Amino acid sequence: MSFEYAPAPESRAVVSIKAKYGHFIGGKFVAGSKHFPTINPATEEVLSHIALAGKAEVDAAVKSARKAYVTTWSKMSGKERGKYLFRIARIMQERAREFAVLETLDNGKPIRESRDVDVPLAAAHFFYHGGWADKLEYAGLGTSPKAHGVAGQIIPWNFPLLMLAWKVAPALAAGNTVVLKPAETTSLTALLFAEVCQQAELPAGVVNIVTGDGSTGALIVNHPGIDKIAFTGSTEVGKIIARAVAPTHKSVTLELGGKAANIVFEDAAIDEAIEGIVNGIFFNQGHVCCAGSRLLLQENIAEEVLEKLKSRMAKIRVGDPMDKNTDLGAINSKEQLHKITELSTVGDSEGGERWSAPCELPSKGFWFAPTIFTGVTQSHRIAREEIFGPVLSVLTFRTPQEAIDKANNTPFGLSAGIWSEKGSKVLWASQQLRAGVIWANTFNKFDPTSPFGGYKESGWGREGGRHGLSAYLKGATHE
Amino acid sequence: MSFYGLVDGSDASLKKYLGNLSGVDQVGADARAAMLATRSIKTTSKRWAIDTAISMVDLTTLEGADTPGKVQALCTKAVRPDPTDSTVPSVGAVCVYNDMVGIARTHLDSIGGQHVGVAAVSTAFPSGRASMPVKIQDTQDAIDAGASEIDMVIDRGAFLSGRYIEVFNEIVAIREICGTKAHLKVIFETGELVTYDNVRKASFLAMAAGADFIKTSTGKVAPAATAPVVLVMLEAVRDFYSMTKVRIGVKPAGGIRNTKDAIKQLVLVNETAGPEWLTPSLFRIGASALLNDLLMQRMKMDDGYYASPQYVTID
Repeated sequence: MSFEYAPAPESRAVVSIKAKYGHFIGGKFVAGSKHFPTINPATEEVLSHIALAGKAEVDAAVKSARKAYVTTWSKMSGKERGKYLFRIARIMQERAREFAVLETLDNGKPIRESRDVDVPLAAAHFFYHGGWADKLEYAGLGTSPKAHGVAGQIIPWNFPLLMLAWKVAPALAAGNTVVLKPAETTSLTALLFAEVCQQAELPAGVVNIVTGDGSTGALIVNHPGIDKIAFTGSTEVGKIIARAVAPTHKSVTLELGGKAANIVFEDAAIDEAIEGIVNGIFFNQGHVCCAGSRLLLQENIAEEVLEKLKSRMAKIRVGDPMDKNTDLGAINSKEQLHKITELSTVGDSEGGERWSAPCELPSKGFWFAPTIFTGVTQSHRIAREEIFGPVLSVLTFRTPQEAIDKANNTPFGLSAGIWSEKGSKVLWASQQLRAGVIWANTFNKFDPTSPFGGYKESGWGREGGRHGLSAYLKGATHE
Repeated sequence: MSFYGLVDGSDASLKKYLGNLSGVDQVGADARAAMLATRSIKTTSKRWAIDTAISMVDLTTLEGADTPGKVQALCTKAVRPDPTDSTVPSVGAVCVYNDMVGIARTHLDSIGGQHVGVAAVSTAFPSGRASMPVKIQDTQDAIDAGASEIDMVIDRGAFLSGRYIEVFNEIVAIREICGTKAHLKVIFETGELVTYDNVRKASFLAMAAGADFIKTSTGKVAPAATAPVVLVMLEAVRDFYSMTKVRIGVKPAGGIRNTKDAIKQLVLVNETAGPEWLTPSLFRIGASALLNDLLMQRMKMDDGYYASPQYVTID
């Protein structure tokens, strides 16, 4: 007999999901008019019905945010604002299990990741920014930095709660009020967060959450009552937003796509590099804007690394996201699965050699086995376009300079990874790479103190750290 | 000896062989081990893991105060860990000091424990600080007394000062004495080698020199069998297998005291070296207190409640 792990499912009893949700405006849940279903992508079970905000709801949310800004939040001392942030952070920790289970049900990501990464990091963002709230004058961003006013925030489906935290925490710390729209397929944790705001007795209207699809997002972006737009999502939508806000007074930050190079030099610690490659592309099913989706291998170790990578990939546990031993969960939506499948087919037709880990995929839900394409070159579409799924393109290089040239040869520039035991090489490469985040001998590590954002078509501005804070302050000397 | 064709026995070839090893990134190795420690092993898989772990225990007593009576009691326990339940497997071996080998072997044989091995700690255990003739005689004595497994310590002083060839030659010499009579386990004392790079280097050195098993620690130095150290050693035996098609065993020893820790070790084996290593012939756990915790957990799974410690024997 071999060591088969018996199912170890996390209990969903900890969450209660309502049949239907409204919006969170002015500190209250208000009924929506139109609704659409939200499903568990691992089972296709309908979890709930989410309200689709139209003009009336977005107007009400912006009005409520403006009122809260003018009457309460802008008058409150930083120290008092900070208290609310700390309180929210503590409640998120207390309700961590609830958030993790709900996130996994709604998003399809493994419970291990929502439990160990998404939720603790989201709470950490509130703790970190709670500390800034009364120290803005000392952040090196000018002597009296001022909030913008009302921030409109549109977040993606890959890290629903974490992206909410990245947006809401700095906005509130800097003294803004917010209108936030979660992604269409993953609204549930944002609505649970609304409950947390109530529990923390956050003044009404400081945080408003309206749910909906792209049309709701467009209403927020184009709303004249909003002073600042923060968006995380595709480069395509980012460009639309940039055009829309260009003729207005709104400031904007955009965190967009990527096609990160993960460079493994011959002098890397191979076993840890393998882990980093796996973590780089298969973390969160590859639904990560900064995923290490282009593996650049020095040619003289390529064979060894690929052999080890394949045997490691065969050990990735794909399946029920609620099982505590699952490493790779469900693809978030049918549309995304379609996109991944389509681009992979392009990879085949362009002559890339596809290899997928042997694993049994559940019959219901949306699934894609961990996959690599070898024999990929810079001219392949799968080396240029963001797949946003568990698909890795493998390229080789001969010299360090060639690695850098290939890594930079992309319209994107969000992140990059360097694997080498040689410190001088790591420092040299990190200076050459044109990417906002560069990891050395690790990948996909996040911390609220560290600014995150992209070069080129990967975005404008930074989130996290002092740099991220500046995006929510007017007249900050530092973008 | 051929040393698997990896080295020719010269200092230069050994240096080249060890120099070609890739490094180990400490942060990454720690993170991988910590991730694998989150595996949740329940119900049927837990039951399987407990019995497998029992069969892998090298039940150990290495005290200055060891007596024939103590060793005989240990042997009885090794053969039938739970006298009330005959479905509990015997442990892999008993592990004793050299002078207790004869007593252990005789007693095991007299109680139907021919299938339980006797491992002798050797080569001036635990420090390894003795001359080569003394180490050779130490090993020879143990084999003559009936040891089927030799747990030798490497000369950490020689290793840390870069005299790898001395360490290599010692292992080769002890290997020769073991011949076909005894399995050779090579103890690194990873708590003294400290870095994972050293652990990886020592692993490849010992494997090329003829070790049947590589073992973390003597149990006399902390830290001992930490999860990342075992991870690095399991990666080494996996890589060595892909080079030579020979499977070398791994024995963590020291600090594995409860069922949870033992199951974590089995998860490490399963997901690093692979399921082929999940057998007492390729994985052993050097321990003493662990066995009773495994028995308690086993009873709990059968009965649904934790029994008083008085329901397991203290030998």
